[in-house]
Amino acid sequence: MPGKLKAKIVAGRHLPVMDRASDLTDAFVEVKFGNTTFKTDVCHKSLNPQWNSEWFKFEVDDEDLQDEPLQITVLDHDTYSANDAIGKVYIDIDPLLCTEAASVISGWFPIYDTIHGIRGEINVLVKVELFNDLNRFRQSSCGVKFFCTTSIPRCYRAAMVHGFVEELVVNEDPEYQWIDRIRTPRASNEARQRLISLMSGELQRKIGLKVLEMGGNAVVGYLQCFDLEGESGLVVRAIGTACTLDKVSSGSAPNTNTHVHPNTAPASNACNSPSKDGKESPLAHGCRSTHNSPVHSVCSSQRLSQNFSVSVPTLIFTGMGSGGSAGKEAGPLKTLLRQHTQTALEQREFPFFTLTSFPPGFLVHVGGVVSARSVKLLDRIHNPDEPETRDAWWEEIRQEIKSHAKALGCHAVVGYSESTSICEEVCILSASGTAAILNPRYMREGCLDIGSTDHRFEDPSPPSCGFCHIPYDELNMPFPAQLTYCYHCRRQKVPDVLFTTIDLPSEAAVTGKGCLIQARLCRLKKKAQGEVNATAISNLLPFMEYELHTQLMNKLKLRNMNALFGLHIQISVGENMLLGLASATGVYLTALPAPGGIQIAGKTPGDLSNEHHILTIQKRINDTIAKNKELYQINPPELTEEGLGSPIPEPRQRSRLFRSHSESSDELSELDLSHGKKDAFVLEIDDTDAVEDIHSLLTDAPPPTGFYSCNTEIMPGIYNWTSGIQMFTSVRVFRLSNANLTNQGLNKIFTDLCENLLKSFYFKLRSMIPCCLCHLNFTVAVPEEELIQVAVTAVAMTFDKDQAQEKPAEKPINKGSSENEEQLQFPLELCADVSSANTQPSSKVSGTVSLLTPAAKLCQNQLVMIHLPGVPESTNVSSRAASVDYGSFADRCSTWLELLRLKAHTIRRGSVKTSRRTQSLAHSVSSLERCSPLPEGRSRSLRSSRSFGGSSVTVVKMTPLSFLPGIRIIKYLGIINMFFIRETTSLREEGGVSGFLHSFIAEVFAMVRAHVAALGGNAVVSYSMKECVLMENPNKNQAQCLINVSGDAVICVRETDQEPTASMTNIGQTCCSANDGAT
Amino acid sequence: MAVELDVFVGNTTIMDEEVYQLWLDGYTVNDAVKVRMEGGVLDECEASADVLLSDTMDQYRTFQMCERLLHSPAKLANQLLFQIPPHRQTVLIERYYAFDDAFVREVLGKKLSKGTKKDLDDISAKTGVTLKSCRRQFDNFKRVFKVVEELKGPLVENIRQHFLLSDKLARDYAAIVFFTNNRFETGKRKLQYLTFQDFAFCAGQLINNWTVGAVDNMVEDMDVDLDKEFLQELKELKILITDKDLLDQHKSLVCTALRGKTKAFNEMEANFKNLSRGLVNIAAKLTNTKDVRDFFIDLVEKFIEPCRSDRWTAADMKLYLTHYTNSAHILDTFKHQVVWDRYMGVIKSCIFKMYHD
Repeated sequence: MPGKLKAKIVAGRHLPVMDRASDLTDAFVEVKFGNTTFKTDVCHKSLNPQWNSEWFKFEVDDEDLQDEPLQITVLDHDTYSANDAIGKVYIDIDPLLCTEAASVISGWFPIYDTIHGIRGEINVLVKVELFNDLNRFRQSSCGVKFFCTTSIPRCYRAAMVHGFVEELVVNEDPEYQWIDRIRTPRASNEARQRLISLMSGELQRKIGLKVLEMGGNAVVGYLQCFDLEGESGLVVRAIGTACTLDKVSSGSAPNTNTHVHPNTAPASNACNSPSKDGKESPLAHGCRSTHNSPVHSVCSSQRLSQNFSVSVPTLIFTGMGSGGSAGKEAGPLKTLLRQHTQTALEQREFPFFTLTSFPPGFLVHVGGVVSARSVKLLDRIHNPDEPETRDAWWEEIRQEIKSHAKALGCHAVVGYSESTSICEEVCILSASGTAAILNPRYMREGCLDIGSTDHRFEDPSPPSCGFCHIPYDELNMPFPAQLTYCYHCRRQKVPDVLFTTIDLPSEAAVTGKGCLIQARLCRLKKKAQGEVNATAISNLLPFMEYELHTQLMNKLKLRNMNALFGLHIQISVGENMLLGLASATGVYLTALPAPGGIQIAGKTPGDLSNEHHILTIQKRINDTIAKNKELYQINPPELTEEGLGSPIPEPRQRSRLFRSHSESSDELSELDLSHGKKDAFVLEIDDTDAVEDIHSLLTDAPPPTGFYSCNTEIMPGIYNWTSGIQMFTSVRVFRLSNANLTNQGLNKIFTDLCENLLKSFYFKLRSMIPCCLCHLNFTVAVPEEELIQVAVTAVAMTFDKDQAQEKPAEKPINKGSSENEEQLQFPLELCADVSSANTQPSSKVSGTVSLLTPAAKLCQNQLVMIHLPGVPESTNVSSRAASVDYGSFADRCSTWLELLRLKAHTIRRGSVKTSRRTQSLAHSVSSLERCSPLPEGRSRSLRSSRSFGGSSVTVVKMTPLSFLPGIRIIKYLGIINMFFIRETTSLREEGGVSGFLHSFIAEVFAMVRAHVAALGGNAVVSYSMKECVLMENPNKNQAQCLINVSGDAVICVRETDQEPTASMTNIGQTCCSANDGAT
Repeated sequence: MAVELDVFVGNTTIMDEEVYQLWLDGYTVNDAVKVRMEGGVLDECEASADVLLSDTMDQYRTFQMCERLLHSPAKLANQLLFQIPPHRQTVLIERYYAFDDAFVREVLGKKLSKGTKKDLDDISAKTGVTLKSCRRQFDNFKRVFKVVEELKGPLVENIRQHFLLSDKLARDYAAIVFFTNNRFETGKRKLQYLTFQDFAFCAGQLINNWTVGAVDNMVEDMDVDLDKEFLQELKELKILITDKDLLDQHKSLVCTALRGKTKAFNEMEANFKNLSRGLVNIAAKLTNTKDVRDFFIDLVEKFIEPCRSDRWTAADMKLYLTHYTNSAHILDTFKHQVVWDRYMGVIKSCIFKMYHD
């Protein structure tokens, strides 16, 4: 009996009128945990009842504490008939179980009803007293910390990264139980909410147990999803990365190794001392260039279901041995390192990591994106109530991912994620990640407090290009790829293009700015059932992957960029179509070769008009590339062929040695005059479809002046964030009206939908300019036959345009960027010749744009010296640090308010001993809040006492990122993982579906904020909306929506507070603050 | 093919002040989009009409959801649904409770009944204020009236605290409440030249000087009703016109003081008895509710109009009223100095305010 849970119901406010006669309410509260229920007295005739109840005590197992939510129900007392429910509050008490997190939950919670939404608020106090439990065989895992953040959380350092943890639990979906026929929608919704809450708790507990088994104390990058399988059940599954985290004393928090981003210390080191690098002998590896055939698929048939998987080691990503100190003499060391790592990792079943950004030195090389998909039939599950079948499915997919990674010469997968898409009985399981080689020292016990010797030996501060170097053996490559020497160190091989699912490593040198790149695709399919359907989907998948990939590649080239980060490909299945959406952030990695242009080729060279047409298109493409170069400020250093003092004497000859099959390309390179010496991507136009495709390629409008967008945590190339942030969620549903749509028509609709959404964001957020939309997370779904749903969550962050934009190390490269800023706007002349394109004779024949591999058109790889003058003044950084406060309103709440709250929180922390004491302390807390200066002029209470004068509402910031600009996280309070259902039978009265969803999303935000505030926090980081399932039936005036959100509740203060060295930490999330360590 | 659902929700509620004003002014979404397009937002940000429509719809929805809270502004500060920065909240409330002078002029002093509400479409047609906006303004008046009607203490302060309005707006509402409560007639043709601000000023004078709260702030009583005792005492002033000697004495005192100081002296002298009778009669009749209602029309008919026809300047008026008031103090048989001052102080400033074209 290791825990005592105590709850106290203080008061309610803004309650709805339940008694029409008196216009008042007789409210009382039921507090339930497990099977125990307590009740408060009835507070007669008040909309603002003061219950001030006794402490309700529940004596429970800690196992239950982890699984169960505290359930608070507010009811209206009725003498003669049944009491009417006003609404409920579910409180997840998990944060209280962790000694380092919150110690009391206290605050106003919105009272939520699944039919009516928020109906007033209730003030609740909750505490937990845990007793020590020495039972070895315990089922609970109290104390394991969970983080949604996909990097090592600020204010912690990773002592050890243990690896992948996963778990899956299944239950019958209450909505599909027989009892659902007789119970009210409210009862059914509440049963579902409660069940998911329970299952989430159970899942978290089980994962916690696994973490304890591994010797860890935390899960980072915790990703929980639920699958509404329908008849076959309700699955809640989660993955994460087990770690051992040490708390960093607050003073040094932002500057130590644990900080993930400020990683330029080693990087700039490397950059600043080319002489040191130069001493090491140049690499004698040759270069082999090839291009992948992006898809190789494996089809297998299972007893239970059609199984299909596509693996897309999509692009070619290179990397060589050990970071930095490569070269021949590094050979043995390299092997040693590999052995270390391998032994460390091979002990694990799945060397997967859900992290997307890493402590410095953790990531050695990146191989490329690995992904696997599999189509399953849910109605064929033998034992639907047991998790075994689903476990087996995922196991299979993970094995596949693992083998793909191996094929890329990598022993680990980072930035790993899993997802599903379900339509009726068909389910597509997807997993993707980035194959990588990791530094073993984080996986081994003991060597975490990096002794300097250890450090020097294994990790000689990887230069900013280390991760780009190919990890696989170039003579025995898993797929054809085109390699060149790294443009940064010129000693290792790099691929021509790099795709990854992770965030841009902070040490990476980038030229210019990045941008959001999306590939969108619709494919019609016939309606079918069962296996036929599954097969049809399976057959479509590889083509979709291929086309998405081609689109990405073309768009990347069109922007003159050479790498994608944060790649996320979502394939969503509907009854009659499949939707594919790939989002990523394109950048120009300085270490990679400049991308070639795009060349258009006609299939019938004789046709004059056609030729003319091709020329026009070619010209437009070239213009676009040129414009994009300016727009994103991509001005790579001049490629001086005979780079002075190039450490590679005869690059051309050597590369030729290894390039037997590409000899012919030398001549071909002459053709590609438009883009200099780079290999061109050739698009062949053989019919109107292809023309369409090219047009669609060109229709992506650049963001308006002053805006940037990306789907990674931060925008490569922007470093001086100011504190203005605005997180938002936007949902659009599009109804396709005519039944006879073509793939092309659908593609256009889908593309327009996404583009228009982005345009809307730019418009709405125009007051924040200059600003960047970060972490743009698109989710697509096909909720019904003719509906396409796109949901986006992102954050807009302001930055200071006038301050230096470059990292110090890049200064010579990006000179003059500020002048370019003025010319960012390019009206793209769209579709000028669409009509002429349509008049082509061959329009009847359908076809595709075919893609010739660059290998065939290869031209020489030029190895060029990048002249990087050493940047001695790492002190530059501080000039940027004085960031201007663009004052989002939250910042207006004076700093001492934050401090006050902080203090209040510490008071609460100390107050767990006796209930009486806490009570008085709680009072002092609220009185502190009362005197907060925030709502000035607002707090005067009236003589009539009709309002609640003093209680101000804590401002809670939310962001999908792991940090807040200009703000320092000082404490993690626990994970927020909430699931809500909202249903209405008066859709019209609530303003249609839009009105319904608008208020529901606002309510979800409000409930998240309230929970965070009750934990004593003032922000949510790594916030995400995992699920937004909307079902509507306008004819019946009904709609239902399910939303699942998660994030990490934190306490944060402004960087400038209590931080005399703020100049260094101000923009701590970007690279610069680590220079502190370097100097 | 159509966008079936389109929502955008920010953690901090996004509100465009321009759109808010359009919403308040009762524009439909489509009209608002037109106005915005003409305003040139599109050119600024390279957006299309669709984007504008979507944005306008979103904002209108947000405002509709907020409207419930705006009805009791104190709730806005501690509700949890919308995270709105405090300065924004102030703007929202202030704008929501703002009103058109043209509209308020039409309903000022009228009973805020269902009957009046039914006539709003006429008012809308007459003033050019949209019906929707008229309804909002009317409901605001009614809401404020209902809340403060029964409250004790200073009227302006009550309104300010209950509805979190600025001092200026709270004063205007106090005037509206005061006029409504006393049902002052403001709609007669002769009063048409007066603006709402004229009346608001007068209301302020009356509230500050003629109500119970005006004499003693400590008395927990209402500001909305005139001080009955005072009104009763006003009857005593009649002596100024009924006592022939007193009247002559008063006249000669005033004339002595005015002689040579104004061009309109002759008219003043000639009209003195008439004017004095007018003012004192108004005072004496104020015990009747009916005459209270006609207070302003009486002022205009009995005093302002005669003066205007004699072409007094504003300075003449000031001079005359100052001496008229002060001279009464010198009358030895006139014992009601306090009441006289309390009465004339208000009358003076009201007439100054109202004496214009």
